[in-house]
Amino acid sequence: MLGKLFTPKKEISKKLYSSVGIITFILVLAIWSILTYGGFVNALFLPTPTAVLSTGIDLFVNGNLLSDIGISFSRVLVGFLIAAAIGVPLGILMGSLKIMQGAFEPIIGFIRYMPASAFIPLLILWIGLGETQKMSVIFLGTFFQLTLMIMDVTKNVQNDLIDVSYTLGASKVQVFTRVILPASMPGIVDTLRITFGWAWTYLVVAEIVGASSGIGYMIMQASRFLQPDKIIVGILIIGLLGLMTDMLFKAIYRKSFSWMRKDGM
Amino acid sequence: METPKLEIKDVGKIFKTKSGETTALEKTSFTIKDGEFVTILGPSGCGKSTVLRIVAGLEEATSGQVLLDGQPIDGPGPDRGMVFQSYTLYPWLTVKENITFGLKLKGSSQKERDDLAQYYLQLIGLEGFEKHYPVQLSGGMKQRVAIARALANDPKVLLMDEPFGALDAQTRNIMQEVLLKAWEKSKKTILFITHDVDESIFLADSVHVMTARPGRLKRNVPIALDRPRDFSVKGTPEFAQYKEELLSLIREESLKSI
Repeated sequence: MLGKLFTPKKEISKKLYSSVGIITFILVLAIWSILTYGGFVNALFLPTPTAVLSTGIDLFVNGNLLSDIGISFSRVLVGFLIAAAIGVPLGILMGSLKIMQGAFEPIIGFIRYMPASAFIPLLILWIGLGETQKMSVIFLGTFFQLTLMIMDVTKNVQNDLIDVSYTLGASKVQVFTRVILPASMPGIVDTLRITFGWAWTYLVVAEIVGASSGIGYMIMQASRFLQPDKIIVGILIIGLLGLMTDMLFKAIYRKSFSWMRKDGM
Repeated sequence: METPKLEIKDVGKIFKTKSGETTALEKTSFTIKDGEFVTILGPSGCGKSTVLRIVAGLEEATSGQVLLDGQPIDGPGPDRGMVFQSYTLYPWLTVKENITFGLKLKGSSQKERDDLAQYYLQLIGLEGFEKHYPVQLSGGMKQRVAIARALANDPKVLLMDEPFGALDAQTRNIMQEVLLKAWEKSKKTILFITHDVDESIFLADSVHVMTARPGRLKRNVPIALDRPRDFSVKGTPEFAQYKEELLSLIREESLKSI
C-alpha cells in the first residue's frame, strides 16, 4: 500500500490527492499557532492567527482595505493587460517567423535579466509618481518573460499541421489565423495564467516607492508602524487574489478547450 | 500519347551540410497516369518522403521539375492533397469541421459542405462521428478522417506519406481496404509511399522500388492483380510471386543501408 504511494508517477485517488493538500495547509497553520500561542516567538515579530484575523476584519470594516484592493487590482490588471496586448502578438510572430525571432529574441533575452525594480528610479524620473509609473513596473516585470513564453508555445505547433494546411489550400495568412493561432490558444491561456501570477508579485515592488494607496502601500506603512498583523493581512490578501485569478484562468481553460479531453466535457 | 497526370522530370535533391554536400535524391524521373495508384517502396532513409514532399511543393528540388497536367508546380496547393504519417487533424475542430476545412477556405456554401462531409463520412465508414473531436478517435479513425479531408477538397492527385505507418498490423490491413474502396469510388490519382512490401503490392497498379543513399529509382514493377481487390488476394500465388521479387530487390538495398 505504502509502496504504491512512493512509486514514481503512479496515480493516486482524487480524494487522497486533495486531502494531502488540505493537510499541508493545516500543518502550516498548526506550526504558526504553536509558535505564537505557545509564546515561543515575540508577538511583535509574529502575531497569532486570531490577531491577524481580527485585524483583517477590522481593516475591511473600518479601514479602507477594499479601496486599497481595488486600486492595487486595477494597477496589476492594466499593467498586465498592456504587457499581454503587446507580448502575445509579438510572441506569436517571433514563434512563427524566423526574422522576427532573430530581431527580438536577443534584446528581450537581455532585458529580461534586468530587475524590474531597478528601473523604478528611472521610471520616476521619466514619468513621475503617478499611476503610469506603477503600471510600468508591472509591465516591465511581466512583458519580457511573457513574450518569450508565447514564442515557445507557438514554436511547438507541429510542422506537419502547417504543411497539411498548405496542401488544403491555406494561404500564409490563413495558416496564421486558422492554424497557428487556434493551435497555440491553450498554451497562450496557460502562459497568461502563469504570468498574471507574477504580475501580483511585482505589485508590492511597484507600490513601495511613491505610493499613497494600495495593498503594497498598506504593507509598507504597517512596517513603519510595527504592525506585523497588518503586514500578514496584506500578504494573505495578495495571495488570495492571485489564487482567485489563477482559478479564473483555469476555469476559462477548462471551458474553452474541451476538445483536449477525451470525455469532451 | 496522352499527357500524364503527374510527371516527375529529373528531380534531384542535394542537402548542404557542414561536411559538404549530401545527395538525398539522385535525378529521378517517372510518370503517373490519370487515375493510377502508384506506390514507392524503399527502406527508411532512402529519400522516398523527399520525392513526395517535392511533388507536394513543401520542399524545393535542387534540379528538375514536377509537372501536373503538363504545368510545372510552384509551391504547395490544394490540387495536391496530402496525408501524413503523423496525425495531422486539427484537434480543435470536430471530425466534420476537419473534413470540410479546405472547402471552407475555398468559400463553399454550408449546404455543399454538409453534403460532402456526409458523403465522405460514409465513404470512410465513420457515420455518426461527425461531432467527435480527434482526441476521442483511435489512430485508424484519425487517418480515415485525414483521407476524407484530403479527398473532400477534390485534389488532382493524392499524396500519401506512409499514412498507415503508425498503426498496428490489423488496423493497417483494414485501412488498406478502406483506402482502395475510396480510391475506386473517387478515381483519384494516388502516389503512396511505404516501406511495407505487402502494402505496396496490395494497393498499387505499379510499384517503384527505391534505393538508399543516394535515393534512386531502381525498378518499376507493374502489378497485374485483378481489381477490385480485397484481403484474400494476399493469399494468392501471384501475390506471393510479386512479394518475392520485391523482397529480393529491397533486401539488397536494406543490406546496403545498415
